[in-house]
Formats: sequence, C-alpha cells, structure tokens
Amino acid sequence: MTSKISRRAFLKGSITAAGSVAATTGIARAAKSITKEKKEPLVTLLDISKCIGCEECVYACQEVNADKYADPQKPFPKMYPSRVPVEDWSDKRDVTDRLTPYNWLYIQHATGTIDGEEIELTIPRRCMHCDNPPCVKLCPWGSAKQEENGLSRIDSDICLGGSKCKKACPWDVPQRQTGVGLYLDLLPSLAGNGVMYKCDRCYNRLEEGEVPACIEVCPEDVQTIGPKSEILEKAHALAKEMNGYIYGEHENGGTNTIYVSPVPFDQLNLSIEKGKGKPHLDKVKDMMADGTNLAKAMIAAPLAGVAAAFGKFYLSGKADK
Amino acid sequence: MKAKGTARKYIYAISFFFITLSGFGQMPIFKRYYIADIPGLGWLAQFYVTHIIHYVAAIVLIALVIYILFDFILNRSGRITGSGYFKIVILAGLIASGVLMVVKNLPNTHFGHTTIIALDLFHLSFCMLLLGASFYTLVKKKKWVK
Repeated sequence: MTSKISRRAFLKGSITAAGSVAATTGIARAAKSITKEKKEPLVTLLDISKCIGCEECVYACQEVNADKYADPQKPFPKMYPSRVPVEDWSDKRDVTDRLTPYNWLYIQHATGTIDGEEIELTIPRRCMHCDNPPCVKLCPWGSAKQEENGLSRIDSDICLGGSKCKKACPWDVPQRQTGVGLYLDLLPSLAGNGVMYKCDRCYNRLEEGEVPACIEVCPEDVQTIGPKSEILEKAHALAKEMNGYIYGEHENGGTNTIYVSPVPFDQLNLSIEKGKGKPHLDKVKDMMADGTNLAKAMIAAPLAGVAAAFGKFYLSGKADK
Repeated sequence: MKAKGTARKYIYAISFFFITLSGFGQMPIFKRYYIADIPGLGWLAQFYVTHIIHYVAAIVLIALVIYILFDFILNRSGRITGSGYFKIVILAGLIASGVLMVVKNLPNTHFGHTTIIALDLFHLSFCMLLLGASFYTLVKKKKWVK
C-alpha cells in the first residue's frame, strides 16, 4: 500500500511535469494535429509484446480522472424491488485487478506459446471505443455519446445507472456506482441506480491537445494514437514484422482500439481470467449489424405501402369496368 | 372490402402493441419489475431482441400508415374526424422521430448530444400521447374517418 501511494504520488508529480513540458513540445502539437483531422477517427494501437505490466498506465488513469469519479452519499436510498442490486465501489477504490467505476483500465495477465516456448504477456484492458458503439446507440436516455474523433463516453450528469450499456457492450465494460447521479433527484426508489463509468479516452486531454494519460506515461511506449488509416497500416506492418495477430480491427464491426500480439488471441483468451469487470478476448460479431440491415429494409416500407395502395386502386378500377 | 378494413385494424393493433412493448423494453424496467420473469416474456429483458422487434414492428407500421394514407387520397372514402387528425399528427411525429433515431443508430453517423436527448424525449412523448389518444378513442368509440 505504501509503495502504491508513493508511486501514485510520484506519478502525479511526473504527469503534471510531463503535461507542462508536453504542452510546449511535440506531443501537444501531434495531439492537436490529430484532433483536427475530424473526418477520421483516432485509434490507439497497443503492442502487447512491449507491455511489462508495470501498471503505470493504470495509476496515471486514476490520477488524471480522479475528479470524474463518483463521490456517493451514504446511506443509499432504499431501492424497490429488493432484487435491484446495490453496487458500491466507493470503499474499494484501490482495486486495480479489474474494471470498476474507479478503475477504468487494468492489466490482464495471459500466457501463450511461441515456437514451443511458453511466454507471459500483460495486456492493458479498457473500453474498446467501438466504431458503432452499442452502449451509445442503445442508451435509452442519451447519456452515452460518441465524439466525432471516435471515442465514446458516458455523461455522468445525465446517466441513470440502468446498466443497459453494460449489457449491450460485448465486453461488459461500463461499471456502475450506486448512490450518485440524476436518479437521486427523480425517483431514487423506483427508477435508476447510480451512474455507469468507463474509459472516456481522456476526452478532455485530447481537447486540450494532449494525449491520453495511459499513453503519455507508458515507459515502454506500448500505445500509439493516430488517425485510423495510419494506425491500421502500422498495426498490419507490426503484425507482419512479429508474425503476429490483430484484435479489435473487426470485432463488433470494428473498434478504435487495436491490439497486436505475437500469440493468437484465441490462445490468449483461453489463458486470461475472465468474468465481472474482466473482459474476454473472444471474437465478437457486429452487434448492431441486424439493426443496420433492418434499417435498410425500412427504406422499402413506404414504397411497399405506396405500391399496395396504387395496386388496390388499379385493381378496383379494373373491377369497376 | 370489410374484411380488408378488419385486416388493417388487426395489423395496426398488432404492430402498435409490439412496437409499444418493445419500445418500453428499450428501458431496463422489465427485468427490474419481474415482468421478464413471466414465462414467455423473457425476451423483454434482452435488449438486442427488443431492438430488432421494434424495428420490424416499425417497418410494418410505416408500410401500413403509408398504404392507408395513399389509399385514402386515391379513394377519398369519408372525412377524417377531429380525433383522427389528432392521432395522425402524433403518429407522424412518432414516425419522424423514430426514423431519425434509426438514422442515428447507423454506423458512421454522429448526431449532437442534445439532438439525441431531444429525439429520445420527443419519441417517448409522442408514444405516450398516442397511447392516451388511442385509449380515449377506443373507450369513446371514436373513429379515424366518418
């Protein structure tokens, strides 16, 4: 615990220092230039072979996003019916081995085999920032939003904590904290249950021309951020160079997070610990594809209606003759 | 002819029933309040299923509404009642806001955050208004056309 605090304190200082330096140097200029390219989403590339699992990204994420975290008032209002779960992470803010409302990024441990030799890999896991994010598109209240640069985030001022985004997310990424948010001002006993939290890819830092904290502090340069076409090109070149594999390019119809690994992802998926707050590395079909196909069919609906009406009109005219 | 009118009524009633049920299913309420626990209603808590049913019912409803509209224009059978005009306006608003929400859900489509919230609220309001108006006209036995 002591070492954690000292490391966090150290990171806080180093992030501030790095931020002030970066503001006048290449990182800021690069981030500003990439945010200006509005037409193309920003994508992060994670080279898993470089990650040493030091968790500096995890603590940097917690430090820079601390002011976005929930500060729930207790006791929580009683919710009805009794099956409604209270999800309280406010006393477990130091948990870093899974996603929580207070930990939007964690390190997943995996093992794999290359040329008959077993190796250990560590993988930074967080929101994938899907191209067509179900969490955003299916939110019944408009609390989740997608920025033009491809990141998706949840507005904690509006979210009611219904957790639909978590159920719609193929990786179950958003995490709920009970006892905060708008629902307290509406019908706290009967509707809502807090606020959902997840990685927002440091949207506020990007707006200021800085890169996300996890990218900035990584001592191994595991992550790279840039326009989608550029990052995909890099990812494929890297995969070719290491004879490796790509995850995130086609999952759920495409995401803005691309992992490159020297070990096949289905092998990694077998070795990682999965479960609550611990996303898988399985193949994911495009969850919104059926809706998109039906939307195309919807164009034919008015045409069918018009055709049927004119058909009836024509036939009744013929019958009258 | 009467059989066709009855068919219209049934298609409208069935599509309206499913579009309303699946529409409310977009909110996480059916599981919370045990409705999805009723045998045969488990699908109400499956968001992708209610999403698809909502779209399918919308396709049927839009086709039917356009058919009835053009049929009315071409045949001019009767005069639209006051309550009929009221429901037509609400239905138009419901369909327009719904179509915009379908567009919003397409890949590579970005609507402003305020626009999305406004669409959600308008769509829900139009639905509640249509439910209220339909209940009133059903009880009072008021028809769309005289």
